[in-house]
Amino acid sequence: MRKNSLGRLTITDVVMFAVGLGLAGVIVAGSAATLSSGKYTLAQWQDLFIFGLAQGSIYALIALGYTLVYGVLRMINFAHSEVFMSGPYTAYFFARYMFNIGFLQAYPVAGLLIVSAISMLTSMAIALTVERIAYRPLRKAPRLVPLITAIGASFFLQYTFRGLYGSGIDRYPELAILKGSISVLGVRVLVTQALVIVAAAVFMGLLYAFVMLSKTGKAMRAVSEDKETAQLMGIDVDRIITTTFALGGALAGAAGVLYALIFGQVQFYMGFVPGIKAFTAAVLGGIGNVPGAMVGGLFLGVFESVGPSLFLDGLGIPAPNQLKDAIAFTMLVFVLIFRPSGILGERLATKKA
Amino acid sequence: MKTQPATVFQTSMRFGLIGGGAAVLFSLVGMVEVFGQRTIIGGVVSMGQAFVAIAMLLSAYAAARQLSSVSSSAMLTAGGLTGVTVGALLAALVLLGTSINIRDVFVSASPPLFELLSFGQSPVPGMLLLLVAGMTMGLAAAALLFLSPAMRSTAISVLLAVGVVGLLADLLRIIISQWAYVAPLVEWVFSGKGLSVPGALAIAAVVIGLDVLANRRRNKAHNLAALPATALQKRMRTGALMALLLVLPLLLGTYVSEVLDQVGLYVLMGLGLNVVVGFAGLLDLGYVGFFAIGAYVMGMLTSPELGLASLSWWSALPIAVGVTVLAGMLLGVPVLNMRGDYLAIVTLGFGEIIRLLALSDALRPWTGGSQGIQLIAKPVVGTVVLDDQLKLYYLILAGCLLAGFISSRLRDSRLGRAWMAMREDEDVAQAIGINLVATKLLAFSVGAAFGGLSGAIFAAKLGAIYPNSFGLLISINVLALLIIGGMGSIRGVIVGALVLVGLPELLREFAEFRLLVYGALLVMMMLYRPQGLWPEEARKLEAHGDGDNSNGDQTAAIPA
Repeated sequence: MRKNSLGRLTITDVVMFAVGLGLAGVIVAGSAATLSSGKYTLAQWQDLFIFGLAQGSIYALIALGYTLVYGVLRMINFAHSEVFMSGPYTAYFFARYMFNIGFLQAYPVAGLLIVSAISMLTSMAIALTVERIAYRPLRKAPRLVPLITAIGASFFLQYTFRGLYGSGIDRYPELAILKGSISVLGVRVLVTQALVIVAAAVFMGLLYAFVMLSKTGKAMRAVSEDKETAQLMGIDVDRIITTTFALGGALAGAAGVLYALIFGQVQFYMGFVPGIKAFTAAVLGGIGNVPGAMVGGLFLGVFESVGPSLFLDGLGIPAPNQLKDAIAFTMLVFVLIFRPSGILGERLATKKA
Repeated sequence: MKTQPATVFQTSMRFGLIGGGAAVLFSLVGMVEVFGQRTIIGGVVSMGQAFVAIAMLLSAYAAARQLSSVSSSAMLTAGGLTGVTVGALLAALVLLGTSINIRDVFVSASPPLFELLSFGQSPVPGMLLLLVAGMTMGLAAAALLFLSPAMRSTAISVLLAVGVVGLLADLLRIIISQWAYVAPLVEWVFSGKGLSVPGALAIAAVVIGLDVLANRRRNKAHNLAALPATALQKRMRTGALMALLLVLPLLLGTYVSEVLDQVGLYVLMGLGLNVVVGFAGLLDLGYVGFFAIGAYVMGMLTSPELGLASLSWWSALPIAVGVTVLAGMLLGVPVLNMRGDYLAIVTLGFGEIIRLLALSDALRPWTGGSQGIQLIAKPVVGTVVLDDQLKLYYLILAGCLLAGFISSRLRDSRLGRAWMAMREDEDVAQAIGINLVATKLLAFSVGAAFGGLSGAIFAAKLGAIYPNSFGLLISINVLALLIIGGMGSIRGVIVGALVLVGLPELLREFAEFRLLVYGALLVMMMLYRPQGLWPEEARKLEAHGDGDNSNGDQTAAIPA
């Protein structure tokens, strides 16, 4: 498989190139057909785009957790989707309580901050527990081993939360201040979506500043560069790994609350799909790369929201929105095949690490 | 790891909190209550109570063992203290649950749970009883350490045997009452939904007797060098096993046949995934895709409902398997370059894409969309239509034997060695002249073929298929059974399928907690026994050959 890097063309490469070209052709043809048919108005496209942006910023926040952990440990934290689910699901009970006593209606901002804080703390605690029990003892084991424990931890958490909180769907209380829409540069944006986009941007900015400017952030970058050397320089690698999981967990918890604001509901299974999408986003942006995860998340969110109407509709496929998830998965597969390095990353998929 | 020996108090607190946390978690996720209805010994102990008791016993045992180098009084104190800690945590739960309403949040924190935990008493005496129970269990666990190893293993076997027989009482009762000669035994051994007290004692006596006999024989055999089995002995053993497999469903009745069918389908899939993951070291999380393709092709070709074709099952079978093999190759090509976790994610994506496509309206004319496909043909042998569990059992058995035979021959072939070389190190494998492309694609297609065969039988068994029967959970189930049994081990697949598919089918209440337990099992197996329950001999040697540290175990048992 090293042939590729030596520049020799194999049959596989040619076939894959043809498949990719065909796919691109299909996308262009579909888009052209839809656009020329004029089935959707500009306002509809704008709505889809803004929704995609909101969803994408949530993906980006979750994707940061994958990317941070991958950066320091070179492993995919499969249980991250459950870390994401645990926060908002636990915070839901506090939100409901505050709503019932009227606190949430009276002080919506403080209430939302409390809910977010609880969600972030829960997710952080779960992320740290998983790291301590399932990953740390196996740090020296072959790569397949932590991957399997991660899958195990993911299912264990999912069904533990199902056992604890029940298997039904719980609806987050609705807040009056989050209803309605505002107009930004002439584009109609729902208040929830605006809040989600702004909040996600703030969190991403904070994280980026932390990683780039703080001393711990510097240590994190050093560990992801070279663990042994970092250790020799006096960095406590275990502590940095713990910090990384804590950060990823907190971001996932924040993303969870934003997700609950957009979709209004929580359940034990809610982590799986956003989790895998966020992973796609992380890969898309180049896993291990912090800005890449943000870009990848936003791109995937918009692509997934606009895509089905844009090119599947034009091809005459009935009910294109059913294939939304299939689009994300297909994109993941194709990114890994054609550009495993992602938009901003280095080529890692074939690396042994 | 520790520089100073932990004190008795510290050790007991640590293990007590771990055990107690586990017990509280068991209670809050509902396992204690649900299994509370499953009696082991009528009127004495239920499975729910057994869970709590196990948490106490295990944590106390671990605590006492850690102090075994200190003194026997330290061990007893630690055991007792650990047990009491577990009891105290549960008592705190009872106090919390009975004084305020936590059921709003924790759906399983119901009155029956607290009634069960407080032994049917009112909260305060119930809590005291919990503490006493904890102390007793803890002391008993510590006392186990004082027994000679032989006696300890006998004691553990007795507990296990009584537990298992009691748990399966319902089923055993039905089975035994079919055999006319021993039917009267039923009334004596079983009471209500569990064992009767004399029944439990009788089982204990039988187990002790067997154990003593086995020990005596072992001591005698100890002086002779163990001789390898001769070819004749091996053949006789295989023959006996075959005969047993053939008559098993006849003896055990319809319900057990159904369970065996399920186990068989999973054995087939497990053997397929074993080739991909176990032999070739390619972690495939989308294995259900091949199962789905096999089932769907069978459905499309045989169901008159869709009007595509109406072949017979047997003539559609080669096409179904062939299409699956082709799909295996096609999906294999793009992932040739990927390793480890990336491969896992991409294959997971493939599995989901296949399910989503089957579900979508876009392909409705061919796959039936969310309605699935009905009226799938049943296989016909001669004039017999294989339409019930018993007849299908033989078809599945034949499939498993074929797949097992192919796997074992492949394992020992040149190709099998190439797979294993690739599993251990791709670069080295390529350097010694193994064609990675062909080897990988062959692994995917052989794996896919078994999956497709399993899917085709599954379609015929149910007569109807729906896209949602082909979710990610099936892939995870198959992977879990592979890991439990031992990756790369053919007999491990069978053990894994029996444990992970057979047992939950027999214990209906278990269904709800199946994935919770699988998840925990995957983590624990990787932590404590990465080579699986029943690994191949060669792997066992690899796993234990190099050094006695546990890290050596892990590196040897699982491919990178």
